[in-house]
Amino acid sequence: MVATATAAGMVLDTFPKYLLLNAERFGRLPAMRHKDYGIWQSWTWAEQKVQVRSLALGLQALGVKHGDKIAIVGTNRPRLYWGFAAAQSLGAIPVPVYADAVAEEMAYVLDNAEVRFAIVQDQEQVDKIQSFADKIPALKEIIYDEPRGLRDYGHERLHDFSAIQASGETLLEADAGLAARWEENIRQASGDDISVMLYTSGTTGRSKGVMIKASNAVNAAADTVAFDRLSQRDSVLAYLPLAWVGDHYLNYAQGYVSGFCMCCPESHETVAHDLREIGPTFYFAPPRIFEGLLTSVTIRMEDAGRLKRWMFDYYLRVARKYGQAILEGGSVPLLGRLNYALGEMLVYGPLKNVLGLSNIRVAYTAGEAIGEDLFSFFRSLGINLKQLYGQTEAFLYVTVQKDGAVRSDAVGPAAPNVDIRISNDGEVQFRSPGMFSGYFKQDDKTREALTKDGYVKTGDAGFFDKDGQLKIIDRAKDVGKLESGALFAPKYIENTLKFFPNVKEAVAFGDGRGFCAAFINIDLQAVGNWAERNNIAYASYQELAGHPEVYKLIAKHVDETNLRLSREPLMAGAQIRRFLVLHKELDADDGELTRTLKVRRSFVGERYSDLIEALYDGSTEKYTETEMTFEDGRKGKIRATVRIEDARVYDAKVEKFREAAE
Amino acid sequence: MNVRPDPAQLGAPDDGIAKGDLLLDVKNVSLSFGGVKAITDISFDVRKGEIRAIIGPNGAGKTSMLNVINGFYTPQRGSIVFRGEERRAMKPHHAVRQGIARTFQNVALFKGMSTLDNIMAGRSVKMKRGLGWQMLWHGPALAEEIEHREKVEEIIDFLEIQHIRKTPVGKLPYGLQKRVELGRALAMEPSLLLLDEPMAGMNLEEKEDMSRFIIDVNQQRGTTIALIEHDMGVVMDLSDRVVVLDYGKKIADGAPDAVKTNQQVIDAYLGVAH
Repeated sequence: MVATATAAGMVLDTFPKYLLLNAERFGRLPAMRHKDYGIWQSWTWAEQKVQVRSLALGLQALGVKHGDKIAIVGTNRPRLYWGFAAAQSLGAIPVPVYADAVAEEMAYVLDNAEVRFAIVQDQEQVDKIQSFADKIPALKEIIYDEPRGLRDYGHERLHDFSAIQASGETLLEADAGLAARWEENIRQASGDDISVMLYTSGTTGRSKGVMIKASNAVNAAADTVAFDRLSQRDSVLAYLPLAWVGDHYLNYAQGYVSGFCMCCPESHETVAHDLREIGPTFYFAPPRIFEGLLTSVTIRMEDAGRLKRWMFDYYLRVARKYGQAILEGGSVPLLGRLNYALGEMLVYGPLKNVLGLSNIRVAYTAGEAIGEDLFSFFRSLGINLKQLYGQTEAFLYVTVQKDGAVRSDAVGPAAPNVDIRISNDGEVQFRSPGMFSGYFKQDDKTREALTKDGYVKTGDAGFFDKDGQLKIIDRAKDVGKLESGALFAPKYIENTLKFFPNVKEAVAFGDGRGFCAAFINIDLQAVGNWAERNNIAYASYQELAGHPEVYKLIAKHVDETNLRLSREPLMAGAQIRRFLVLHKELDADDGELTRTLKVRRSFVGERYSDLIEALYDGSTEKYTETEMTFEDGRKGKIRATVRIEDARVYDAKVEKFREAAE
Repeated sequence: MNVRPDPAQLGAPDDGIAKGDLLLDVKNVSLSFGGVKAITDISFDVRKGEIRAIIGPNGAGKTSMLNVINGFYTPQRGSIVFRGEERRAMKPHHAVRQGIARTFQNVALFKGMSTLDNIMAGRSVKMKRGLGWQMLWHGPALAEEIEHREKVEEIIDFLEIQHIRKTPVGKLPYGLQKRVELGRALAMEPSLLLLDEPMAGMNLEEKEDMSRFIIDVNQQRGTTIALIEHDMGVVMDLSDRVVVLDYGKKIADGAPDAVKTNQQVIDAYLGVAH
């Protein structure tokens, strides 16, 4: 496909080949930036090649060989990204691991992947790995980026990143032909080698190692780079977990192929600030981040002066009216255009600047459904926000929306060179350039995931809308039926609930039961702010969640959700009859969410089985004890009496007939 | 160019005193305010490179002791030898120039100034250019400012407070303010750092963070620390040696384990009639 031959006569089918190419063609352009000691440090592609080379040669001297697995653990930092390229340049396979994984999760992945080396960020990760060293006998050497706190550790198997690079440098000085041999090895490398092994987040059971072939990875990235016209002039802020396919694909893979500049934030807490300083042109964020941005803007506007508030409200109305049409090049009356331009000067421009979104050319969101209001808010400001649908098994892209054909309730047509079909039982299946070549050491699972003719089963239920955009309803196996036979799609119900800023998380139940009921998690920031405004005092999350006024607030949201559901012919049967506000925030540390913050339905179902029973046995309150993990790793119990409330159910609307007549 | 400061070059200045040797020697010090005897005939020492805790029940004279060490109070009797030099009456800023920095029981920062400016203020003692140059700000003064800013950034990185670099400290939660105050004291690159209840009013997580910073300051930067603290768990874990005061008198001095089992100490804390 995109295997273009270059002047040097190499077929571009691995990322290290792109490293060599970019060092040649974009030698003086920035490849990487990192804010360190308050200053944006930067490396050009030529410098990046030197960094990767000395690391690779140092690793080679340490014993890294073709086919070895190298775990990469930490936040977004240049040195860890160089670890990927250095490993790949030696034919070794990088295995990024979620940095916030607790020890046992990490032990499982490192053991399952048979990693022999690990490049980690700091003492925290070293401690974690050493705490289960006996469970991972294959692991030989650990390389750390930040020496802080590690000075007094035994250094037999522990190496400073700089020391490894220094040893590579020494070898280079001693052997004049070494650099050329390293490059020659890269040129000779096969695109059939595994480029990276990404572990799934494990929504359903243990995470699996998804193997992506180098040529597939490169081809997929080249397709989307062409699709969004990404080039060396673009820049991104890499702030999402390294181990997630999205970060690896959007930032690393697309970056190497297009030559754009990847910027690493100073720390996790400074992302918003760094985003503003960098002003990236390409941006990805899951819906919850956009939601957070909107919430913070709304809260700050509520504290603003009257004139500012009036201006903000007025011009947002103007944006709502004309913004999307202007973005999509539709027809807008001249007066509208002028008013929008004035709004851009007075409100949208400064607002985008504060959010760090001034230079955005393409922005994506994915992972969860996004509310119409939220989606159109950002688009009306002139931000080209689009949706995509993807999977680790596809090396991200399955569908993607084209500029100008964007909706909030669908995820777009097939991405370039991707074939999609809907199976007879409604499951989305695809074949794509980037598709995986199997789960590591789990051939049975690989066979389960593929159809006989080589399509990947996504496990998601969906359908194509009239305009050819894919709509995802839910995980196929989560879609069930109520006793009445009405369709029960929990995710759909939960998403409708979650569109209210006050609802952070929701879990719906109803498969095989008489009616639909739901757990609701309040959003502490939004509800806390509301409480402050309404003089409601509270001392803890638990107290706020159980407050009668909060219940009234949430009941209103549930009521509106039911009204919306009643308008959807497919969903009207599964309106929420009873709900409760959960006393505890669902948390990945307690196993209730995955590391990508998706609800682990079955686990939550077991853990709170007493509360679920109470939802169905008619009781109005229930005493419960829940074990939880504190920030420092200790475990404790929280006790609460949770109230359960009934909700009004609406008659299904007549629209059903019209729909059926069409 | 990518410059990472070398941590080994920062921290406590080389004052020619080897690790483990006497840094501060307090001999027979007594301090009274009118008829109130705050400190009576106390002697103890601090060795270079150690963490020395001063503990005791409320009103035992711990803070007075710190105030004597950093020159805020002048004792009526006794002597203090710091880095081999005996001194009697002095002002706190002299103590700072000698290499003694401190934090306070109640945070004493410039509330309206940013974290960065507060820590920069700690560097003022190191600034060589006078007010005139500072106001002109160009040339040598700018070069000096950059040099100081680098050190301050190193401290910000060390204390992991990058995200509040530009935030006015008055807006920060208490735990972070304490951390900024520690940063300002560190900016003076002291040979002896006095911490007056660094963990007061903190929750468990903040205490753990602060403990780690104190250990790191001590081990990585080689700064000698004398601290007052009420949280016994923290004191026993952190410090190399502990001196216990009660009613202005020294009742015990030694390793944490020895102090813990000392009957007089137990009595002082449990409250036995005197």
